[in-house]
Amino acid sequence: MNLLEMKNVKKSFGDLQVLRDISIEVGDGEIVSIIGPSGSGKSTLLRCATLLETMDSGILKYEDTVIAKNNADGKSVYADKKTIKQVKSVYGLVFQQFNLFPHWNVLRNVSDAVINVQKKSKTEAEKTGKELLDKMGLLDKADYYPFQLSGGQQQRVAIARALALNPKVLFFDEPTSALDPELTGEVLKVIKSLKDLHIAMVIVTHEMAFARDISDKVIFMADGVIVEQGSADEVFSSENERMQLFLGRYKDIL
Amino acid sequence: MTQTGGLTVALSQIVIQLLEGLGVSVQIFAITLLFSLPLGLVIAFGRMSKNGTISGLTKVYISIMRGTPLMLQLFVVYYGPYYLFNLKLNPTYRNSAVYIGFIINYAAYFAEIYRSGIQSMPVGQYEAADILGYSRAQTFFRIILPQVIKRILPSVTNEVITLVKDTSLAFSISVMEMFTKAKALSSSQTSMTPLIVAGVFYYVFNFIVALIMDKAEKKLDYYK
Repeated sequence: MNLLEMKNVKKSFGDLQVLRDISIEVGDGEIVSIIGPSGSGKSTLLRCATLLETMDSGILKYEDTVIAKNNADGKSVYADKKTIKQVKSVYGLVFQQFNLFPHWNVLRNVSDAVINVQKKSKTEAEKTGKELLDKMGLLDKADYYPFQLSGGQQQRVAIARALALNPKVLFFDEPTSALDPELTGEVLKVIKSLKDLHIAMVIVTHEMAFARDISDKVIFMADGVIVEQGSADEVFSSENERMQLFLGRYKDIL
Repeated sequence: MTQTGGLTVALSQIVIQLLEGLGVSVQIFAITLLFSLPLGLVIAFGRMSKNGTISGLTKVYISIMRGTPLMLQLFVVYYGPYYLFNLKLNPTYRNSAVYIGFIINYAAYFAEIYRSGIQSMPVGQYEAADILGYSRAQTFFRIILPQVIKRILPSVTNEVITLVKDTSLAFSISVMEMFTKAKALSSSQTSMTPLIVAGVFYYVFNFIVALIMDKAEKKLDYYK
């Protein structure tokens, strides 16, 4: 059984059709990278998967829970609030702009949802929080506020915050696009280190070398459709013209 | 010697009388804040409601409250029941009228301040909260409102300081607050002194208010 299944997803903003018939599957513990030019619909796809946007048409399933299916007219119909609330514990999302809560210190950022959403004890939540911060190399920053941290550190806190809720799949929406190359390196290193947690990851990224190294599967999107998908080797060596054009300047590095 | 003594007595008489009035002014001030701050939040929600009727009605309400003089509003609240519905209300209604008039007027101003603060919040805060599974109420009260308060505090301070001075408008329906007393004393003694003393009291009152609000702002300075 797939962890995540999206079938024939369509989404428009006004006249602009951003997603035209996209289908993806993510298995347990699978690491999937989504690459492609800006405006190709990668982030929108992620936002549909995480319910920040609603699909116009298509099917969305987490494990055996159907979140959205098509009605007779081919329009997406979403499940009731209770089902949606439950499914939120299955996935997490790391944003491009981190979106930490600025009025809370680092430890509270990573433990508050565990306490107030998952209803675990404060002691337990803070213990998990500290372990995760340690894994991120940020244990000494537990009492700091987000504004006192570098972008890379903030993003690592955001990753810890998402992991604290124990998701089965973690989405990354261009996690390093707001960072300089040095900070990008430290965040990518942390993401790579998550491999041994065996949670599924879906990563929208412009870091080609990183995508190639970490992914079980690479999806190349352009103009709202999937142009190529497969293993990193398959996709990066594809003869497809659109893929070649996109990879152009990366090719020498890869 | 006796003349100075006489002056001191006169001055202390003025101060005592004005302090009584100040008590009433402080009461108007405190009750107005106590009710208009939460009411303003409710009105701000109405103003931002997706329901067109609710948002339209609150918009008109705010527009009237901000577009007409508070003194006139006090008159309407105080005399309205009699002129409009021929209701003869107890004279103590005077105080209630002042409270009602001030509360509904200030709530409108606070509503607009809340709204500006809430709408200035980056959408990423809501999205992060949504992904983490917070309910809408949790998101608002745990994540959005604390940050909104920090953002709007300088504007709230402005309104609160204006309110201290506006309490003198209760004079218009003869509530015995400080300005009413000062005016009466000034006429009976044909002297400027009561008005000057009242001015000093208003100033000190606002000085303290500004001090407290400044403390509050500093307290919220721990994050950016």
